[in-house]
Amino acid sequence: MKVLVAVKRVIDYNVKIRVKADHSDVDLTNVKMAMNPFCEIAVEEAVRLKEKGVATEVVAVTVGPKAAQEQLRTALALGADRAIHIETDERAESLAVAKLLAKVVDEEQPGLVILGKQAIDTDNNQTGQMLAALTNLPQGTFASEVAVDGEKVNVTREIDGGLQTVALTLPAIVTTDLRLNEPRYAKLPDIMKAKKKPLDVKTPADYGVEVASKVSLLKVESPAERKGGVKVASVDELIDKLKNEAKVL
Amino acid sequence: MSILVLADLHEGQLAGATAHVVAAAQAIGGDIDILIAGEGVQAAADAAAKLDGVNKVRVADNAVYAHQLAEPMGALLVELSDGYSHVLASASTTGKNVLPRLAALKDVSQLSDVLGVESADTFLRPIYAGNAIATVKSDDALKVITIRTTGFDAVGESGSATIEAVDFVAENSQSSFVKEELAQSDRPELGGAKVVISGGRGMGNGENFKLLDGIADKLGAAIGASRAAVDAGFVPNDMQVGQTGKIVAPDLYIAVGISGAIQHLAGMKDSKVIVAINKDDEAPIFQVADYGLVGDLFEILPELESKL
Ligand SMILES: Cc1cc2nc3c(=O)[nH]c(=O)nc-3n(C[C@H](O)[C@H](O)[C@H](O)COP(=O)(O)OP(=O)(O)OC[C@H]3O[C@@H](n4cnc5c(N)ncnc54)[C@H](O)[C@@H]3O)c2cc1C
Ligand SMILES: Nc1ncnc2c1ncn2[C@@H]1O[C@H](COP(=O)(O)O)[C@@H](O)[C@H]1O
Repeated sequence: MKVLVAVKRVIDYNVKIRVKADHSDVDLTNVKMAMNPFCEIAVEEAVRLKEKGVATEVVAVTVGPKAAQEQLRTALALGADRAIHIETDERAESLAVAKLLAKVVDEEQPGLVILGKQAIDTDNNQTGQMLAALTNLPQGTFASEVAVDGEKVNVTREIDGGLQTVALTLPAIVTTDLRLNEPRYAKLPDIMKAKKKPLDVKTPADYGVEVASKVSLLKVESPAERKGGVKVASVDELIDKLKNEAKVL
Repeated sequence: MSILVLADLHEGQLAGATAHVVAAAQAIGGDIDILIAGEGVQAAADAAAKLDGVNKVRVADNAVYAHQLAEPMGALLVELSDGYSHVLASASTTGKNVLPRLAALKDVSQLSDVLGVESADTFLRPIYAGNAIATVKSDDALKVITIRTTGFDAVGESGSATIEAVDFVAENSQSSFVKEELAQSDRPELGGAKVVISGGRGMGNGENFKLLDGIADKLGAAIGASRAAVDAGFVPNDMQVGQTGKIVAPDLYIAVGISGAIQHLAGMKDSKVIVAINKDDEAPIFQVADYGLVGDLFEILPELESKL
């Protein structure tokens, strides 16, 4: 079984973003970029499936600018066998990414597609679900456990009330939650080897997909800042403030 | 304009989130219908019919919609969405699971976690873990939107909408329900609680979370947690507050043994009053806390409980 993993290049999760002075967007100049944390988990899961002998090949794919090849090389260093870069400088929204991924699914015929549940820049949480709809494949989102069992996969999902397990026919689409696994770090020899692994470059036009979306970004602002509060010296003072100043008790 | 709201269910009953989504629909303006889909959902339909400003409650009561699996729910929404200008759901794990499918099948974008309405086509939504707020305009024919319930006050319950059955039965041979492990608790729902007290890695272990129980009892609070506490196995995932967990905005939020990572702040910084209890006086949580108490939580919590 072939496993396809979608990875996105995003701002490093430790970086606190700044909004541009003209409010057109957030300022990403000279900001540290990385693989979306949920995508690292997706790659790790795919590689583990290969190590267990369930998967035979792991293919990583990204949609984004030239620089996004760094994240594909990371995926290759972590154990993916080859990569596909769909290059575009346009802001590719979830729907466009899902359409492109649907074309790749059509071409590659994977048994399982693993995506992150959410990109930490747009915080969309949509692409996997859209891909499932467009390919007419079942979806197991927010996965904390993925168990392939013959022609089926059981996915345990982190839902608002607790955990839910669903059984899906294969091929299927899975999106990862944080507890699915702990991603490994790439070792230096693997990073060197990754440079020689195959990486195909395509464009959205090759797949006949329009990247432009009907949603326009009018303005980006910083949220209302909270005023720094005070430190209280004791539990008594805390209770007093909550009762008499904040009036929440 | 007409708006379809997909209702949230909690163990077959109407969940509190829906009254907030109806409020968002009112801010957009137009006729508002509610869709209830599930199995044995008459009580939920009756409750939905009482929400203010609702025109019609459409009820798809069939075993195929039990547990609201994504595939049949998506098909149902596609079937029913004709004629609506907007389809809304709360940004619950169900809303997030289902609405993108409708959007993709209608070839439109989806807007996630909308927390403000400027007009029928222009909305506010958080990006980058809430560290920026984007104003976005959608020119799609159908607007498919998940709503962050903390952005809208719930509507009242003095309405009397008509209730109408939906006959459409989706087919589903691709996915099936295996099991659910739902947290049992007598406490208020995290999302709707007026007071939330959350524990982090500083709690040390799951057993120590009991230290929060007595305080939560006295305050009628829900109990939450940081991701680190969930990852360490202290508490189940449904208690996680943050960018990738639950978003809360209670009147009072008490963070205990939580450092205040941006991903945690994303889920609670719109609370009215924030209290932080932490032994590290440099912890970033103090930058957003109205009242900070520096000290050992194992001493502070028992004292707080006894003095409340
Ligand atoms: C993609 C991604 C998504 C994430 N999403 C979320 C999310 O939704 N929610 C979330 O919470 N996190 C999330 N995280 C994790 C987040 O980055 C932090 O790791 C996490 O919030 C830290 O939890 P914590 O504050 O409990 O632990 P720590 O950062 O370890 O802090 C523990 C605190 O407890 C204090 N302490 C220890 N002992 C005591 C004591 N005896 N008395 C008083 N204080 C004490 C310490 O001083 C410290 O400040 C996410 C991370 C990633 C990468
Ligand atoms: N530009 C992209 N290239 C490849 N994969 C993507 C891209 N955007 C989103 N994805 C995938 O979809 C997941 C969820 O993203 P989103 O729905 O945009 O929050 C990510 O974790 C990736 O796995």
